[in-house]
Amino acid sequence: MKLTLEIWRQSGPNDKGRFETYQTVADPDMSFLEMLDELNEGLLTDGKEPVAFDHDCREGICGMCSLVLNGQPHGPEALTTTCQLHMRKFKDGDRITIEPFRADAFPVSRDLVVERDSFDRIIAAGGYVSINTGAAPDAHGLPIEKDKAEIAMDAAACIGCGACVAACPNAAAMLFTSAKISQLAMLPQGQPERKKRALAMVDQMDAENFGTCTNHYECMAACPKGVSVANIARMNREYMGAHVAPAPQ
Amino acid sequence: MSQTLDSKVPSGDLADKWTKHKFDLKLVNPSNRRKFTVLVVGTGLAGGSAAASLAEMGYNVKSFCIQDSPRRAHSIAAQGGINSAKNYTNDGDSVYRLFYDTIKGGDYRSREGNVHRLAEVSTGIIDQCVAQGVPFAREYGGLLGNRSFGGAQVSRTFYARGQTGQQLLLGAYSAMMRQVHSGGIELFTRREMIDLVKVDGVARGIVVRNLLTGKLERHAGDAVLLCTGGYGNTFFLSTNAKASNVTAAWRAHKRGAFFANPCYTQIHPTCIPVSGDHQSKLTLMSESLRNDGRVWVPKEKGDKRKAADIPDSDRDYYLERKYPSFGNLVPRDVASRNAKQVCDSGQGVGSTGQAVFLDFADAIKRDGRSTIEARYGNLFQMYERITAEDPYKMPMRIFPAVHYTMGGLWVDYNLESTIPGLFVLGEANFSDHGANRLGASALMQGLADGYFVVPATIASHLAGRALDPVTTDHPAFGAVEEEARLSTERLLNVGGNRSAFDLHRELGLICWNHCGMGRNEKGLKEGLEKIRALRDVFWNELKVPGTGAELNQSLEHAGRVADFMEFSEVMVADALHREESCGGHFREEHQSEENEAKRNDEDFCYVAAWEFQGVNKPSTLHKEDLKFENVKLTTRSYK
Ligand SMILES: Cc1cc2nc3c(=O)[nH]c(=O)nc-3n(C[C@H](O)[C@H](O)[C@H](O)COP(=O)(O)OP(=O)(O)OC[C@H]3O[C@@H](n4cnc5c(N)ncnc54)[C@H](O)[C@@H]3O)c2cc1C
Ligand code: FES
Repeated sequence: MKLTLEIWRQSGPNDKGRFETYQTVADPDMSFLEMLDELNEGLLTDGKEPVAFDHDCREGICGMCSLVLNGQPHGPEALTTTCQLHMRKFKDGDRITIEPFRADAFPVSRDLVVERDSFDRIIAAGGYVSINTGAAPDAHGLPIEKDKAEIAMDAAACIGCGACVAACPNAAAMLFTSAKISQLAMLPQGQPERKKRALAMVDQMDAENFGTCTNHYECMAACPKGVSVANIARMNREYMGAHVAPAPQ
Repeated sequence: MSQTLDSKVPSGDLADKWTKHKFDLKLVNPSNRRKFTVLVVGTGLAGGSAAASLAEMGYNVKSFCIQDSPRRAHSIAAQGGINSAKNYTNDGDSVYRLFYDTIKGGDYRSREGNVHRLAEVSTGIIDQCVAQGVPFAREYGGLLGNRSFGGAQVSRTFYARGQTGQQLLLGAYSAMMRQVHSGGIELFTRREMIDLVKVDGVARGIVVRNLLTGKLERHAGDAVLLCTGGYGNTFFLSTNAKASNVTAAWRAHKRGAFFANPCYTQIHPTCIPVSGDHQSKLTLMSESLRNDGRVWVPKEKGDKRKAADIPDSDRDYYLERKYPSFGNLVPRDVASRNAKQVCDSGQGVGSTGQAVFLDFADAIKRDGRSTIEARYGNLFQMYERITAEDPYKMPMRIFPAVHYTMGGLWVDYNLESTIPGLFVLGEANFSDHGANRLGASALMQGLADGYFVVPATIASHLAGRALDPVTTDHPAFGAVEEEARLSTERLLNVGGNRSAFDLHRELGLICWNHCGMGRNEKGLKEGLEKIRALRDVFWNELKVPGTGAELNQSLEHAGRVADFMEFSEVMVADALHREESCGGHFREEHQSEENEAKRNDEDFCYVAAWEFQGVNKPSTLHKEDLKFENVKLTTRSYK
């Protein structure tokens, strides 16, 4: 199949960047990233700069790939990361624009590569249970209702890719932050730090220049792991609750 | 000159060794710990858990990884589960049984002392992870669920849907980030370790490349921990993440760390077959599928009928036929080798003939579609996404692929390499799996090394040796940095017209064809020649665009491929020297009449540790004899 690609090119963080157009031929059985591999092979042997893009697992789990295809983070297929998307989902003659995830909090390093260390700092602010190695009681000392464990697991499925931010008209990080807050709020292990965690993580999220949520729910539609906006509602409750009764100092 | 290697496994009863050793180890006083800086390279399960635990103890930790976040390390992709001798299922498991199964599964090529310790600490791992909030699968009573995995005859595997690696890694990552927040860990992402710095023979630092700017950076410390994963990507096509590499280990090897058993590679039986020349990596289908799926090929060679049109009488369920007691659940090496044998004999299926069927029709008939969907729904979906075929309606096509590497840098019982102060953890070391790893044991080993072993044994170095203060101004850092700069320049200036990607693919094919599932003397010798020839081609025809002073993914890849080009030679040489079949290493000359692996305990019951002598020069072999005081060596039989 023949394709026309409009790809975002940016030589470094300070370059303004622009779209450039490429013609390429792809096999329907290729993954989207394999299509880009082949494009890059051609560019390299033609003496041109290959397109920089992030990827690692190519299995939809590491959260490294970060492309917006025709305006959709991770492209047209629901519940699918770009690395798992196959070219058979496109048609011969298609025109595809390829951009990086965009947000003030995700600066572009080069072409399609962005930095998401803002997410790491949100986790560092409180996305954990404070337990040192070796201090844990027996795992069966703490039975957890299966239903609650399942909800925690649904939230924990987040791969931290940032598609939710890229999809949000306000570039909010609510879905990401709420997934971690929910996971730990659902579990008994998370209780002692529950209020402190909600406050610290939300405050860090705000400090990172993410936008605010105005209930568009584009985040959930773009999430390759199906993380639900119900987590956002839960986070809001947790945050409000923590404000009403601040954690003891 | 060959030297005898001291494993430092303590004497005494197997079950008391670790406790005794911990007691005998020196301790670092809590108030002194902050005076020591530990450099931890890698943030997978091994590196993440080590960095967090050491920082909690009060050490000053610097942590490095290639990806933009520590959470993205390759460990994230593990699906199936993690073993632990909890015996929550009351089915007769014990520390001793896990120990025994691991020794036997490794085909008697691992150290009893290490393996027993692994089984011992396995229970604490589950406690630790649960306390962190890792959402393991649970039963209705609220307690943890277990399953049997990879042919184990007890249910000792803990799991979190198909995302066990992800959930365990996020646990270690969050523990790390807590320490980042409190200042115990300084985090360096998008950094690639380029070389190791030794001062007076002791590992005292590293030189890393900042992948965003290209700048070389120096970091000094009192100990260096390599937690940089396995070398499966030597084969180009593997189930490993694309950035997985041998660079850090190989550079340490060139500085004096011996490389042990590089020929022990694991080929996983259930992967999605190659679909064409564009293939960039292979996808694993979890081993748990073999609990319900039946493996078969047509009895007739070249039978091109659709699976559904082939009646039972024309099918060969070869695993069930050959191994009636284990059937489809034989260990990985046995399953892979049998798949190769039937494909070599012309019974393979699919357009390439390089695949066998994994069929769920009987399981669906027996348990109903919804039960199968609940068990494997996400895997079936993944398969369909990649192949556009519906496994509920037609059997999956699977084929073995490179998956894991049991070999790695040689370490003693303290996980210290032959370079003092250089510790190696996780898949990067060779320590616990012998010639074949059991399913769900890599996650266990990575976390055992990082949470429990190294935090204790590192004191043998920090408290046991007098370490003068060293800063990055020491001339040793300047010299190593200059070498790193020159090697970058060399890569940029070859001036050919082939990409590292293309050359890597070619290397991978050589390794797969000559040092893959079946190996023989002639093929290995040819492989060696082809590798040497390709290495020349690499240094004449490579093209790396751009400069060294920017984010340059072609340069990153070229550096890693240059190391694979050197490393692959010692891997093949090791395979050639080991005149026996054991675990993942199958020498066709050494098989029984029934095509089963034939070990040679008389001559090869040792760890082969190779010492680097220079590129294009044969490495020197050192042997560590393996002593079995508790387990009797037998021929593995899964019949
Ligand atoms: C698809 C798949 C499924 C698996 N499923 C299971 C399973 O169910 N159960 C099980 O027990 N095992 C499983 N395994 C094996 C297991 O996942 C790995 O063996 C294990 O996770 C390795 O962990 P590690 O910490 O040693 O290294 P890795 O997770 O590979 O981490 C390596 C780290 O080192 C860093 N690094 C590498 N080189 C450098 C360098 N030069 N400079 C700086 N940083 C560097 C990387 O950035 C990364 O952070 C699976 C493996 C695969 C491929
Ligand atoms: S490359 Fe890992 S999720 Fe896409």
